[in-house]
Amino acid sequence: MATVREREVALADKEELISGSEAIAVACKLADVDVITAYPIRPYDTVMQYVAKLVANGEMDCEYIVAESEHSQFEIVKHASAVGARVFVGSSGVGWMYAFEALTVTPALRIPMVAMVGNRALDDPGAFGVEHNDALAVRDLGWMLVWVDTAQEALDVALLAWRIAEDRRVFLPCAIGCDGAFLTHSQSLVKIPAQEKVNEFLPRYNRGDLTLHPDNPITVAPQANEDWVMEIRKQNDAAMRRAPGVIREAYADLERIFGRRYGNPFFEEYETDDAEVVLFGMGTMSMPVKVAIRKMRKEGKKVGFVRLRWFRPFPTELIQATLSRFQAVGVVDRDYSFGSPYFSGVLANEVRTALYGAERRPPVVGFISGLGGREVTVPNVRGMTDMLFRAASGERLTDTYWIGLRE
Amino acid sequence: MDRSYAVEIVYRGIFQKTLAKHISRGLVLAAAKEGKTGISFGRYGDSPERNGIPAKNFAIIAPDEETLEESMSQYEPKRVDVTVSVDDTLCKGVESWAWYGLQPINRLLNPGGKLVVTSMLGFDDLFKMIHTKDVPYELAIVRGIPSFSGLWVYKDDHTDVRILGTIARLVPEMLSLKAVEAAILEEWKDELKMLSARKAYERVESVVVPPGEGNAETPYEFTLPGWKEMPEGVTIQSIQMGGAIVDPETGTLGGYRPAVNPYFKKFSTRTMRPVVDFDTCIKCTLCWLQCPDSCFDVTPDGLYDARMESCCGCGVCEAVCPVDNCVVMVNEAEFTDNASQWEMWKADKAGYKAWVAEKIQHRPERSHGFRLRGLYQEQIKAMAAVGITKSGEEKVGGEDTTEASAGGS
Repeated sequence: MATVREREVALADKEELISGSEAIAVACKLADVDVITAYPIRPYDTVMQYVAKLVANGEMDCEYIVAESEHSQFEIVKHASAVGARVFVGSSGVGWMYAFEALTVTPALRIPMVAMVGNRALDDPGAFGVEHNDALAVRDLGWMLVWVDTAQEALDVALLAWRIAEDRRVFLPCAIGCDGAFLTHSQSLVKIPAQEKVNEFLPRYNRGDLTLHPDNPITVAPQANEDWVMEIRKQNDAAMRRAPGVIREAYADLERIFGRRYGNPFFEEYETDDAEVVLFGMGTMSMPVKVAIRKMRKEGKKVGFVRLRWFRPFPTELIQATLSRFQAVGVVDRDYSFGSPYFSGVLANEVRTALYGAERRPPVVGFISGLGGREVTVPNVRGMTDMLFRAASGERLTDTYWIGLRE
Repeated sequence: MDRSYAVEIVYRGIFQKTLAKHISRGLVLAAAKEGKTGISFGRYGDSPERNGIPAKNFAIIAPDEETLEESMSQYEPKRVDVTVSVDDTLCKGVESWAWYGLQPINRLLNPGGKLVVTSMLGFDDLFKMIHTKDVPYELAIVRGIPSFSGLWVYKDDHTDVRILGTIARLVPEMLSLKAVEAAILEEWKDELKMLSARKAYERVESVVVPPGEGNAETPYEFTLPGWKEMPEGVTIQSIQMGGAIVDPETGTLGGYRPAVNPYFKKFSTRTMRPVVDFDTCIKCTLCWLQCPDSCFDVTPDGLYDARMESCCGCGVCEAVCPVDNCVVMVNEAEFTDNASQWEMWKADKAGYKAWVAEKIQHRPERSHGFRLRGLYQEQIKAMAAVGITKSGEEKVGGEDTTEASAGGS
């Protein structure tokens, strides 16, 4: 029998210097994923390299298949998941788009596929840097979408993603947005939870009555016409509506078992308690934004930041309750939606839509910044904040403002 | 330590990718041993999977997570406390995919910062390459030939830990030797590597460089256009056609010199350059045909002149040349400009012959490049001469002063 001390050691976190991508590969190992498919594209490929290394070193046991294209890559895991395998997959930019047909069919089949999207600008021009348009392309299709901002969060959210996606009340695919370069290629110190804790947190995937197996003869994805389709879509909608409750449960268990506290699962609030204006965004832009806020706070400017984690399901009521407290909200999109209302980014219009139903509606100023991986700098953040204070004083800033653009 | 420290490691693509990663990771792991935190990353735009292309890794060490955030979500720190150049020819400046223009090796250094160069050269030779700076800094040399290896093999000659030991000596407020040693033992589980770090710590050679000391050349740079000036549709103008050149001896017009990209020159990828003996050239055209960068100008007298602004030093011309010593690769550190060899030859043929005879004495360590996969054994003698390793010829069981094994044991 293990002594108390041995047990403490076994349950202690182990610290490793790894990138966001490597953290997700470690999560694959901890989750004992059964089938992983890969096809190289930067920056996602850093995950497949690390998974390959773990497999080659005998540290991880899984079917690791390098497919001949992203389309097959996503199809293979879709089928593997249908027979009851826990799966992991991922891509970036136009690689993700090449898989698009597979991406559209997955949610309707209620496949709890977990994918890492190493966010990358869509070609052309061929560019490696981060933009969120790749992952956002599936925003209407029934995929859950979550963005992380540190390697530690990447590891935790990967474990959460299997837990949430594989919950029978949900059974939807989940994509984890990881900003190319800043997260995928930067190594920081990450606490790796003990296997025993992960086993407690993450039950085995049980597909139950939906398992494709000779002992459970079913047909998946027959042809269906107008007399069926709407009901099928409604089932997806109902699953997505159940997801927030499951997300809350999973985060509560994560906190209980791993001792790491994320608070509100859906978004992080930074210095918002007494804030007059807030910036709103996703991913690693949180770093320069927080640094800028600390500097501006020293100058007496009451600025805060809200970093959205879960884009789908979108936390509408929580966003209403939170954002309507402020005098102005600046949404920083690392994406574009050409020709959309106000010619703004995707996130700004989601926020505007959510706030329309609120009793108190602060002005929303749309910003587009950091496209193609351009750094969002502290002076950029200061510039946006100055505009927010003008909006709070009644100036109408209804255009969408490109920040950090070379004029 | 009340602020964050930034270290950049400037290295050569493929040959030193693992080395650079070892150094930046080693710094963060050592910092963690002292309760600090940090990040290790490569400059994302570099694409270091190309032979010899200058690339960078960074380590940021911070006292806490909040201070560290100031350096996160960036491609490159704006200022660094230490620049490490793991190949001395990088001291001529670097141009890469992530940079427009020629970046002096000491460009990001803070006043009083440390430039650490691995080299067999002396300080004066390095100053011929390193651009001047208007603030003082410290230059340290880590004795050794550049540690080059392949993409899939790592030449574990302890350059990585010798750099770590040197940095611990130069910037003790960032890292202690004790922390470096503890990290080495944990990461590599190799006591010999730890001893190499300690010895490097004890042996640091450095000088304070006053403002204005060094290469006075103004590095070329460019201003990027705004969105309204750029052509639409992700298009760029092609390079214009080249043309004939004038023979300085006869005044005749002939031959062909292609026009070249004025914005990306490529020569900072080079660690060695071809020296051509025009007197023995048989005009077989092979160098001109095989050069992957089309960098041979055809002269009016039918010779082939390697254009040094475009040559990346791959050595194919030397390999295909059928004449002994007609094209010879020479260590890049032996040159201070990109002048045309053909024009030198035209101006003074006897002088040129003497110049060639002298230059080709300085053939570089050929651990890399065309058809060479890493002939590390051949380098041991040179390394033993400066005490980096043993020659392998001593009798077994002798006094153990080994700092590193360069693949000999």
